[in-house]
Formats: sequence, C-alpha cells, structure tokens
Amino acid sequence: MLETIFSNWILPTLRVSTPLIFAALGGMWCERSGVIQIGLEGIMLVGAFFAAVVTHSTQNPWWGLVAGMMAGLVLSLGYGLTVLKWRANQIVSGTAFNLFAMGIPPFLSMIWFDSTGSTPVIPGESLFRSAPLLLMGSVVVASAILYHHSKFGLRIRFAGEHPKALESSGVSVRGKRWQGIALSGILAGLGGATLSIYLASSFSRNMSSGRGFIALAAVILGRWMPLQTVTACLLFGFTELVQIRLQGVVLWGDRAVPVQWIQILPYLITILVLALAMGRTRAPKGLGGDE
Amino acid sequence: MKNSEKVRIPQSVRLFFRSLAGAAGGLALGLLICRVAGESPGKVLSVLVNSSFGSGYDFGMTLFYTAYFILAGLAVAIPFKSGLFNIGGEGQLTIGALAAAWAGVVGAGIQSHTLAILFATASAFVAGGLWGAIPGYLKARRGSHEVITTIMMNFIAAGVTSYFTLYSLKDPDSSQAETIPIPEAFQLKPFALFNGAPMGELIIALAVMTVVLHVIMRNSVWGYRLKATGENESAASTFGIPAPASWLSSMFVAGGIAGLTGLVEVLGNSHRFKIGFSADYGFVGIAVALVARGNILGILPSAFLFGVLQKGAGSLDLETDKVTRDLTYIIQGLIILGVASDGLWDWFAGFWRRRNA
Repeated sequence: MLETIFSNWILPTLRVSTPLIFAALGGMWCERSGVIQIGLEGIMLVGAFFAAVVTHSTQNPWWGLVAGMMAGLVLSLGYGLTVLKWRANQIVSGTAFNLFAMGIPPFLSMIWFDSTGSTPVIPGESLFRSAPLLLMGSVVVASAILYHHSKFGLRIRFAGEHPKALESSGVSVRGKRWQGIALSGILAGLGGATLSIYLASSFSRNMSSGRGFIALAAVILGRWMPLQTVTACLLFGFTELVQIRLQGVVLWGDRAVPVQWIQILPYLITILVLALAMGRTRAPKGLGGDE
Repeated sequence: MKNSEKVRIPQSVRLFFRSLAGAAGGLALGLLICRVAGESPGKVLSVLVNSSFGSGYDFGMTLFYTAYFILAGLAVAIPFKSGLFNIGGEGQLTIGALAAAWAGVVGAGIQSHTLAILFATASAFVAGGLWGAIPGYLKARRGSHEVITTIMMNFIAAGVTSYFTLYSLKDPDSSQAETIPIPEAFQLKPFALFNGAPMGELIIALAVMTVVLHVIMRNSVWGYRLKATGENESAASTFGIPAPASWLSSMFVAGGIAGLTGLVEVLGNSHRFKIGFSADYGFVGIAVALVARGNILGILPSAFLFGVLQKGAGSLDLETDKVTRDLTYIIQGLIILGVASDGLWDWFAGFWRRRNA
C-alpha cells in the first residue's frame, strides 16, 4: 500500500516538480537580492534546448546539464547587463528576454537539425535515471542552509531588503545582485535541462510552457523563503501530475474530465492567495528598486 | 560646461530619436544574427520589406497587423499613465476574442450589419475590460502586484477560453479546436484595394480612436486623474484623487481595448475563435508601447513598425533556407532591449568622449 502510494504519487510528484524547484529557487535568490526575475520562463526554455542538443551530441547527460546551466547563465548575465548596468526597467527587460529566448531554439535548431520543432530523440541509455532528483535535493538543502545560516545568504537578503545598510557596511549591493541574477540563470537553466533530458527525451517547441511563471508564482506563494517555495512547487507539481493522470478519463456521461480547470489551478491559487490570505505580501522591500 | 551653450533639444524630441535609434539598433542586431544561419542580413531585410509592401494584399495584411498592435499597444500605454504595468494584454485579448465569437453565436438572428458589429464590439470590450479590471481591483483593494496577477490571468484566460471552445461553442463540423463560425452579418468587409486582405474601415476607425484617446488623456478630467496617480500616488490622493479609482478604471479601459484586438481577429480575419490564434500579440503590445514611450499618438508609427515585422517575417520560411518566422521573437526582444536600456546611451556617450579626448 505504502509502496504503491510512493511509486504512483510521491515519486512522480517529485519528478515533475524538479524543474519547478530548480527554477523557483533560482528566482528566489534573484528576487531576494532585489532584482525582479520574470525571465525564468525564457531561461528554462533555452536551458532545455541546449541540454537536449549537447546530450544528443555527446550522449552524456552530465554535459547536457552543464550546457543547460551555462546557457541559462549567459542569458541571465545579459539580463543583468541591461538592468544593472544600462538601467533598463526590470519587468520590461525580463519580458524582452522571454521573447528573445522564444526565438533562440527554433533559430538554432533550423541551422543544426533543419527543423523548428523538436530536437532528435536521445536514446534511453543516455538519459538520467534519478541523478537529477538527488541533485535537486542537495540544491534545496544547500539553499535552505545558505539562506538561513550563512553570511552569503544574509548579504543577499540585505541587498534586497536594506540596500543602503549593506552598502554602508562596505559590501557592494550591485555585486550581490549580480550573484543573485547569476544564480537564477544557473538554477533555472538546470531546471530547463531536467525538462528535456530527465522528464522527456528531447527538446520540443516551447516546452517550458509556462513553468517559469509557475516557478515565479511558487516564489511568491512561498514568501521568498526556500522551504516554503519548495513546498509551493510540490503543490504545483502535484496538480500537474493530477492533470496528466486525468487526461482522457471519462467521468460522467461520455464527457472527459475538463483538464483546463486543473491546468489553471496553480495560477488561480496564486491569485487567490495574493488577494485573500496574505493581503499584503511580504516582498523584499527593495525589490525592483535602485541600489 | 560647453553643453549649456548649445541649443537645447526638447526632451520629447530627444526621447523620440532615442526610441528610433534603439529600435533601429535592435533590428540591425537581429538581422546581423542571421549571418549565423548563413543568410545575408541584406537579403533578410529585403524579404521583410518586400513581403510587407510588395502588393496590395501584402500591404493590407501589414495594416491588419498594425491594427492589432495599435490596440495591444494602447492596452499597455493607458494603465502605464496611472503607474501600472499591464502584462495581461494577452489574456484580455483572448477573452475579448472569445466574447466576440460568442456574440456571433448567440446573436445569429441579428440581420442588421451595424447592430451585429455593435453587439460584438460591446461584448468584446466588456469581457476584456472585466478581465483587466480583476487585476486592477486586486491592486486597488488588496495591494496585489499587477505584474504578477496579470501574468497569472493570462494563463487562466488560456484555460478558460479553451474550455469554452471545446465544450460549449465547439464547431461540430470542424476537426480543429475552434468555435462555430460567426454569421455574415458579423463579418467585416475588407476594402477591394487590398485584394482580399482582411483590412477594411477598421484601421481608419482605430486611427481615429487613437487620436481621440490622445485628446482624452490630455484634456479630460479622467486623463488628468490617471496621470496624477501615476506620477505621485500619495500626493494625488491628498488632493482628492484616489489611486484605486484610477487603477481600476485604467485597467478596465485597457482590458476593453485589448479585447478589441480579439474582436479584430474574429470579425475581420478568422470569423471564429481558434485556440492559440494569437502569436503573443499581447506581449508585442508591450514592445509597441515602449517604443512609443507611452505616448498615445506615438503608438501609431510604433505599431506600424511591428506590423511590418510581423507580416514580413511570415515570408522568411519560404524565401530563405535557414531563417524562419521565429526570427521575429529575437528581433522583438532586441528592439525592446534597445529602447529600454537608457543607460546604454550614457555608456555610448562616455565611450565617444573617451575616444575623442
């Protein structure tokens, strides 16, 4: 009994939540440092693409993982350049990067594979079994410890909460924000990579399909705290699982369960929580502001 | 300082040229990227231009997309006056399109063309407006950040519209995910000039509407209230202009205008609601408003630029070997960055000074 619950529900929930958890923790670090990160979606997409391409050509998923992280990092540093150095509005620039990122996979896969859709399928023996789950677990633990018990975590939080106080103690706010942005790129890239080379066996067009925004919602629901954010991701992962399981199931008459209602649940929950339970959400005070 | 001796260029003119230069820079960079694919940027540019201006039909399509982007751009520019960032245009226009298709189905008995158009327009405006008013209300009453709520509302709109398309309004004769076609009384008649492109009186009506909106924003009490809230929320409320009223009304109007984007699609082009009809037009609206720097009249040329891009890119699939219509996403992103990165100019100026020092 317990075993079937574990293998039918708990393990699959952990699996589908993995990309969300990576991306959400990245988003959390970035926003904690005081920079809004709505570009998670684009970073995940590009991460998924490069991970699939590199895994396909090296037949080694670890290289794919590294490629996904690097692609995410590069994109996030571009974002950092525009918002930290060129003073672009963070929401505007994040939106631009999301659009930009949507064009990258079809553009490159047309050159490499003569197709704007999916990348070639990676054979099963070159895919991950459970390594990403372990990696996800360690990133969660590391994030929680760094957040609550390290100088690094404290400084990142101060950069977002009281940038002036941090600056006057001789620590560069901008430096911390660069680190937060870089972390969001690496982690969301990693999250994207697990989409294509862990949950699937190739990259398919627009495969992130809103997960970057769900991750962002999880950060807000989790009040920008690591374990709460992860819990929100698990909740969203679970609704995704339920939705997959209910696809095509006939409930009453000859009507299938309308999965659309389950699809919108994460977004609905986020709005409801924003509107009702929290009233005032405790976002980092300096979020989106200047140094 | 030497600068003070020079003739001062007005701020608005300077911003206009900065926008233009930023957009041109983004476009140029996007074209240069085509070299990676082994295509010459000049050829890609000529495909873009030919495909948008080449024939009456092509130009009609370009104007049709321009109409889309005028509306989507206005939906971002109006709340912007009151200090809100409406990322929800995509959801609002989807809801508006569904409402227009719904109007055609329930109003199938309406014979008068004028009445039919009015009914569909009102449906799309009110539906989109209410959809936009929800984040406006949440911001006004609960302090929920509108960027987050509008993003969430986009996804909810996608789910809700596909539910109604598949379960309530589904066309039984079609294997596609689309609603029952609207009757002829609801369909917009295109000008013969454009050889069948879905472009009629509509673009003229929209241009007029934009000018009217410009006047309203400038001269009406409502426009003044929005601006007061946008510029200094607490000062405005001290003088009896409550921010919640500005936020709610600007989001309602913006949502309604975004809803009209859906109306244009359903009445003018596909004559039904199709799931996924919008190629992220709501997000392009952000770029349109940005290039116009929030100036209502500026939306017209800005929307035209993006209309050219949208129409032109459609031909890339056929006319080039390795560059596809997806290039528009890259170019749109780069144009936004080119216009939004204000600091880039200081950086260039500094570079220039150092070089000439």
